[in-house]
Amino acid sequence: MRRERPQSFADYTPLFFPGLMLVVFFVVPFSTMIAVSFFRRDPTGFYTRDFVFDNYARFLSTFFGGVLGFSLLLAIGVAICCVLIAFPFTYLLTQRPRRVQTLWLVGLLSVLSLSEVIIGFAWSTLLSRTAGITNLFVWLGLMEAPVALLPSVWAVLIGMVYQALPYTILVLYPALIRLDPTLLEAARTLGASPVRAFLNVVTPALRNTLVATVIMVFVFALGSYLLPQILGRPQHWTLSVLITDQAIYQSNMPFAAAMAVFLVLISLALVGLTLMIGRRENAT
Amino acid sequence: MSAFLRRLYFTAVALFLAAPIIVVAGVSVNEKQDLSFPPEGFSLSWYGQIFLDPGWRQALFASVVLALASAALAVAIALPLAWFLWRRIAPWANVFQILGLAPFILPPVITALGLLTFWATAGFYGQPWTAVISHAIFFVTLPLVTLSLGFASIDRALVEAASTMGADDRTVLKTVVLPLILPYLVSGYAFAFVLSLNEYIVAYMTVGFTMETLPIKIFNALRYGYTPTMASVSIFFVAIAALVFGLIARFGDIRRLLGALSSDGN
Repeated sequence: MRRERPQSFADYTPLFFPGLMLVVFFVVPFSTMIAVSFFRRDPTGFYTRDFVFDNYARFLSTFFGGVLGFSLLLAIGVAICCVLIAFPFTYLLTQRPRRVQTLWLVGLLSVLSLSEVIIGFAWSTLLSRTAGITNLFVWLGLMEAPVALLPSVWAVLIGMVYQALPYTILVLYPALIRLDPTLLEAARTLGASPVRAFLNVVTPALRNTLVATVIMVFVFALGSYLLPQILGRPQHWTLSVLITDQAIYQSNMPFAAAMAVFLVLISLALVGLTLMIGRRENAT
Repeated sequence: MSAFLRRLYFTAVALFLAAPIIVVAGVSVNEKQDLSFPPEGFSLSWYGQIFLDPGWRQALFASVVLALASAALAVAIALPLAWFLWRRIAPWANVFQILGLAPFILPPVITALGLLTFWATAGFYGQPWTAVISHAIFFVTLPLVTLSLGFASIDRALVEAASTMGADDRTVLKTVVLPLILPYLVSGYAFAFVLSLNEYIVAYMTVGFTMETLPIKIFNALRYGYTPTMASVSIFFVAIAALVFGLIARFGDIRRLLGALSSDGN
């Protein structure tokens, strides 16, 4: 059956249900959120209708600037760590037999689907004093007594790298498995060692993919809402945590909505950038 | 030499990914209610607690019902959309595809807050069924992506042949198209199911104060200290995820689903 233009109104019927659901339960909530960001806080209920810029004006405080700066810095740190670990790993993985690849993919998907609550709990256990990794170091004779490694900014960073690493590998996987094998063969025939071929041939060929991946992981890391709360101190809270906190615990929905709108704008700008990079890659 | 280095590297990544799970598995079999590793004594009673303790059992039940229903709704939204996009030339309909992908790409807290403000404004805040719709919208991306892949893999000549033989759209859909995309439909459902089971923030913002799903229950319990049931539930969830993805890999082509071009490409 060739693809054809819809002939009659009836041809559009398959679109009705999905279109209705997506508009009513995604577009409308999204617009509601934008509207609420201009409302005024009502301490007894959710909000009172209004049109004020107060919620956005609060962004100008040093506290908010600090949170934003920390969130962005943390996310970029996570993105760089993840790509540095995942890129050579994914490259090596795509060279393994199919069975090995499948096994790894199942494992990676299992970790990726884990609830942030479970990841937070698991790392807080692993870094704890009583059941943590330092007990192993004591047993090996490397340390005198077990210590708690959290709450700390390193614990937050490790937890977030753990959360984002499977995602990074799965984002890189399609690009690396479609890599033209003749490229590598040529490099090897000309006498390059495997490491050299990887660094001087594969890496430059995928430069744009790598940049796009860093941005995607960055957006993914910006979304982490529990790990800074479980593994860090209040000064390690990120924008996502702050939004949750304002919406639920401080019942200040308008301010939470204003921050969320801001987060959307950052994310959209970055996703747009990724798409542009991807387009350039396809064009060349 | 390089094979050794590669093995070392793979082992390091595997250890990093497995370490927290190993420790949690360890503390989940502690005999007493302490958080200690290596475990002291051995007991599977904390796994029993998931089903015996009314609080945990209710949370498990709520999570499973939510995941089953929302994944079904997500597939019901994605299937006609993916079919239409494959069958028709209608560029503006791609808007719906973007809408279907957006909740997954944006930070989850945004979708969660959008739905919270929406349900609060509509006056349904806290109703259990709002979580089903919310999760279905949040995870519609997964069946949409797998089904789009499925449709793209259909050889159009097959469909052409059926319609030349006189089959109308409906018959073609039922006898040719649906059987061909069934594996993709099942994987899409399974992906949405597992992720919904584990999802915290959207569930918390929509029904967090009226209903406890398992992730919400774990987080609430975590704030009041430690109980070993959290550890056993976590391991239980890891096992479910591994089982579901293992089944997809066994009966489908997980490499293709994740972006490898053909099943024999290497």
